[in-house]
Amino acid sequence: MSNVPWWASEDFWRKTAIWVTAGMAVVLIVLTFDTVKVITAGHSRVPAYEVINKRIYYRMNTKREFQEPIIGADAPLFGKMLTPEEAKAMVSHGKMTVQARNCGGCHTLLGNGSYYAPDLTKSWLDPSWAGESAREMLMVKFLMDPTTNARGFGGQRRMPNLHLTEEEAKAVVAFLKWMSAIDTSGFPRNFTPIAQEGDL
Amino acid sequence: MSTAKITGIAALDGGQRLAVKYFAVAVVLFGAQILFGLLAGFQYLNPDFLYGVMDFSVNRTVHVNAMIVWMLFGFMGSIYWLIEEEAGIELVGLKLGNLGFWLFTAAVAVVVVVFLLIQTGAGTIESIWFINEGREYIEAPRWADIGIVICVLIFFYNVAATFMKGRWSGIAGVLVLDLVAVAGMYLTGMFYSPNLTMDQFWWWWVIHLWVEATWEVLVGCIMAWGLIKTLGARRKIVTTWLYIEVALMLGSGILGLGHHYFWIGTPEYWLTVGGFFSALEPVPLVAMVVHAVYDSGVHRFKSPNHPALAWLIAHAFGNFFGAGVWGFMHTLPQVNVYTHGTQWSASHGHFAFFGAYATMNIAVFYLAAQKWRGNVNFGGGLVDNGWKWKWALGLLNGGVVGMTMALLVSGYDQVFIERALEGATWAGFFKAQHNVWYLQGMWWRQLFGYMTAAGFFILVWDLMTIGVRETRPAVFPTEVAEHAA
Repeated sequence: MSNVPWWASEDFWRKTAIWVTAGMAVVLIVLTFDTVKVITAGHSRVPAYEVINKRIYYRMNTKREFQEPIIGADAPLFGKMLTPEEAKAMVSHGKMTVQARNCGGCHTLLGNGSYYAPDLTKSWLDPSWAGESAREMLMVKFLMDPTTNARGFGGQRRMPNLHLTEEEAKAVVAFLKWMSAIDTSGFPRNFTPIAQEGDL
Repeated sequence: MSTAKITGIAALDGGQRLAVKYFAVAVVLFGAQILFGLLAGFQYLNPDFLYGVMDFSVNRTVHVNAMIVWMLFGFMGSIYWLIEEEAGIELVGLKLGNLGFWLFTAAVAVVVVVFLLIQTGAGTIESIWFINEGREYIEAPRWADIGIVICVLIFFYNVAATFMKGRWSGIAGVLVLDLVAVAGMYLTGMFYSPNLTMDQFWWWWVIHLWVEATWEVLVGCIMAWGLIKTLGARRKIVTTWLYIEVALMLGSGILGLGHHYFWIGTPEYWLTVGGFFSALEPVPLVAMVVHAVYDSGVHRFKSPNHPALAWLIAHAFGNFFGAGVWGFMHTLPQVNVYTHGTQWSASHGHFAFFGAYATMNIAVFYLAAQKWRGNVNFGGGLVDNGWKWKWALGLLNGGVVGMTMALLVSGYDQVFIERALEGATWAGFFKAQHNVWYLQGMWWRQLFGYMTAAGFFILVWDLMTIGVRETRPAVFPTEVAEHAA
């Protein structure tokens, strides 16, 4: 084996494997520090929880060439302005409900999950809720009894009744409203939002 | 190599006796994965089927979790299988290993029963701890996470301590370092955050860095050992290939993590980083194909265990096409912005998990079966011409490839209708789901699912019977370049 060139030797590739792995791990760690800072709620791309007190619009940014969420004037959820702590508690309760009821077993959130039911990323802004004013109560009603209020869009597929309490249903709506304000770099592309009433 | 026909448990070393237990549970979970996949698949065709009793979410959760866990059982079993031979000594903690096995098995059984009977809970932290964590692939509640970590630590101790006490090899070194990463990555998924972006950021550390990095290295180690075992490939060459694969795999796969950070609220530089490095991810998989085919060709496919060699080659190609090509097809952000979260992902997922991991586990099952039967010949001229292993190989691979193609057809249809034409709304989603081409794809997927199930039954039948009536001893290839130590 003495005539094996250096570039084909076991020793060379062992060292290469170690250095490449270490180098990539260091880059990942550096990027992770930056990303974690940027995705903290209230920073540039992920909204603060009290965004549920505001109108959320979805508009094309011609410079970025995709749509982005825009935070508008006051529009308290269920008619009540919440403090940052109350808003965080409500959104958290909603997310915990989404996890404990295994919503991701049928739906995708930010595109991740299962493909049996629609993506929830922009569900707060979906045009199927008819209009902005009736939306939040329609969502609560649907979540509490999806079998009766089935929105199958002409097919047989229905959401099962997961027996959400009214408090859980409202919290889920808060979570969905908060999620719709995350800047997802234009995903899903070409999304058609609900008719957006009023000015910014 | 012994040629005496000692069969059953008496033919095995300590680690291998433990490994067989892992393999038995892995096969049961493989069956569960297929069964619940068929139930979930049928619900696409008839949404009223088991509605309100075992909804799609329940079947799908058991389907994907059974898959993850049977892979883990298979990997742990495979390493226990090879460790005493590789280290040249007995496993240091056999009793502890048995304890870990029973703990892991009991935890899995309880989690499955809870998934099936209790299914979901109220929106409280207690539900996350005891019923369902609600995060894809790692839905197991938090208590089970802790149990899994304990079992993996026991496993890590056994592997590391056995090699430290015995002899080291290149395979051993890569394996031990990789297991540190496997255990470490899992910890990053064990916390709750109300911030979904933060949640998914760390969740991908578990899922991606397991599936597209550390698990790939793990099967690379098993492959290296498997080629020495089935073909008598030279250790020095195999080890050098392993290092090349690790360098390429982790060189592309670690930052390839970025392809999951395109659309979850993470900064836009991930579009570039993720797109570039994930586009390189197929490169090591090409290397693995070259490696496997080259070694097989050099040895003229002469092997005392044809089924194991066939599954190793199926692994090399399945890994390349399923993980590599199918992943590459939608990994660039310009494509992924349309395909993310559609049946494209399901198509890729089926092919990749089967091609990369199921195949490797099945190869080791056949190596284990051979020793269990007293090291008889599993090569050419099997008593019944080996029809069962050939049919199992054909039906399982054909079934999974068929499902992959069918899901891809549905995926194309979904992407065009829902995403490109209908503005990615709920109405657009359902318009695609009701489209005739989409539904045709789903019917074909179901048919290929039945084909996969048929392959599974023949595989189990074969594993239980292969070599029973065989009397010729296997002639194992001699390993030319032995351990440097």
